[in-house]
Amino acid sequence: MSSRSPRFGVLHQSNITMFFFSLALSFMLLAGGLFGSEARAEYGDIVLNNYSDKNGIRPVIFPHWFHRMRYACKSCHSDIGFPFKAGGSKVNMLNIISGEYCGACHNGQIAWSVENCDLCHSALPNTPTQVHNSVLRAPK
Amino acid sequence: MNKRQITITSLTLFAVALTALMGVGVVNAAGNPNPFNRLFVPPKERDTALKNDKIHDPSVPGLKLLQQPKEAFAPLPGSIGGNYINWVQALNKGLIKPHFDHLDASKEALSMDLVIVMEVKGSMPNVAFPHKEHTVWLECTNCHDSIFKPLKGANPMSMAEIMLGQKCGVCHGSVAFPVTECRRCHTESKKTAKK
Ligand code: HEC
Ligand code: HEC
Ligand code: HEC
Ligand code: HEC
Ligand code: HEC
Ligand code: HEC
Repeated sequence: MSSRSPRFGVLHQSNITMFFFSLALSFMLLAGGLFGSEARAEYGDIVLNNYSDKNGIRPVIFPHWFHRMRYACKSCHSDIGFPFKAGGSKVNMLNIISGEYCGACHNGQIAWSVENCDLCHSALPNTPTQVHNSVLRAPK
Repeated sequence: MNKRQITITSLTLFAVALTALMGVGVVNAAGNPNPFNRLFVPPKERDTALKNDKIHDPSVPGLKLLQQPKEAFAPLPGSIGGNYINWVQALNKGLIKPHFDHLDASKEALSMDLVIVMEVKGSMPNVAFPHKEHTVWLECTNCHDSIFKPLKGANPMSMAEIMLGQKCGVCHGSVAFPVTECRRCHTESKKTAKK
């Protein structure tokens, strides 16, 4: 029967094509599905990666939402001296263990101290310094 | 149908079923080209889990210890953008009590009640800038003079600048409620101003 029908070959061919096509389509849809409902980091989350990748450690995530429930902007942006610019302070581990920047609080007195490396160093490697912000704002 | 055809057909079906199993959302996307919300994700359906937020590394052990935004935000009044939290109401209702000083928890903000109305070109209502809602969080020097000269009308601004992260956009676009919440800044009816 198969040898008799010239259409069969065509059908057969298109079946293979169909297989790969639907496989590709399925994966595209899967990617599309994930993309469509793309989860974004919480608004205001700051990633710091001036030095982390270069020194073989995961970049740092600073959650604004978590800290602003506990502190007014003034305590960090006036008293502790963080500028209004992600990555602007050039904070590093030496500052921190000397009690500056994050170390003004993460010192075992006000909040848990520096030995909890992965609570701060929790970002995916190679995530650039950034602030997660409104879609309307031009990327920096 | 011959054997080969059947094999290929069933492989095709298997591939589709497999992908379908991998995500129910995909089945919807494949089955219905016209879902009610195509691009827009309603706030309640947003996935805010840290392990899926695309910046946290899901393999970090410490991730289990970090607080999930959803849990923290549950008792707070909602809004339509940013953290989807109305921080002004959360503070005024006493649902959060941020310390004004990290060394002295008893220190209180010296808030100042001065509203500056800014006339806006076009049809949008005028902008009222309330010092009170700002000075409970910020000090005068956070804005004066680095962002704004402390003189009414001395700081020409436009929406375009704000959206690019200048002037009001320094904060309203990265930490404070974002520009999408138009009505929270454009509050003053022009009718009263025109008379
Ligand atoms: C309170 C938060 C916090 C904790 C806890 C912490 N770090 Fe860091 N660390 C930072 C920040 C912020 C930076 C600067 C990030 C950047 O810009 O790349 C940094 C940078 C670094 C760097 C690269 C630059 C440098 O200063 O050497 C290394 C390496 C590092 N940390 C290791 C560690 C280790 C190891 C631990 C645990 C013993 C740790 N950190 C705990 C916040 C933290
Ligand atoms: C616990 C400390 C802390 C508190 C509280 C805090 N911030 Fe920040 N903020 C930071 C840090 C850290 C950075 C990053 C600065 C750096 O990398 O040097 C930052 C950066 C910023 C930036 C710059 C983002 C960008 O666009 O690059 C803005 C704007 C900002 N904060 C606004 C606020 C506002 C408004 C509040 C109060 C509602 C606030 N912050 C409360 C620590 C804090
Ligand atoms: C003004 C004080 C202060 C400063 C400055 C500060 N933190 Fe914190 N941070 C806290 C307090 C308080 C907590 C809560 C501690 C607890 O839950 O026991 C905290 C918790 C955290 C958490 C855990 C959040 C969670 O889900 O439980 C992370 C991550 C963190 N801080 C990172 C940082 C980094 C990175 C910096 C510097 C860029 C920083 N913090 C600067 C006070 C501060
Ligand atoms: C969030 C930023 C911000 C903070 C914080 C802030 N201001 Fe202002 N201030 C402004 C803006 C914006 C204007 C309006 C400028 C304009 O109209 O161009 C203004 C205007 C003024 C004016 C001029 C009023 C007039 O009628 O000419 C004075 C005086 C002033 N501020 C004092 C203060 C004092 C004192 C504090 C601290 C208690 C303070 N400001 C905190 C943003 C701020
Ligand atoms: C230094 C940071 C900063 C700057 C600059 C700033 N704001 Fe704000 N603003 C805040 C914070 C923080 C809040 C508290 C609410 C929040 O975080 O969502 C706030 C709240 C407000 C509110 C109160 C909304 C309500 O629901 O009651 C208005 C209105 C407002 N801002 C308008 C402006 C305008 C207009 C400008 C520019 C002239 C401006 N802000 C500049 C940080 C800032
Ligand atoms: C953070 C406060 C804030 C928010 C949120 C905001 N605006 Fe504005 N808007 C301003 C200020 C300040 C001006 C300039 C007033 C002046 O001319 O001094 C302005 C000006 C304008 C103007 C006049 C033209 C121009 O560019 O100056 C339009 C139109 C406008 N806004 C539309 C909008 C729309 C639409 C939204 C919501 C998507 C919005 N605004 C959200 C603060 C805000």
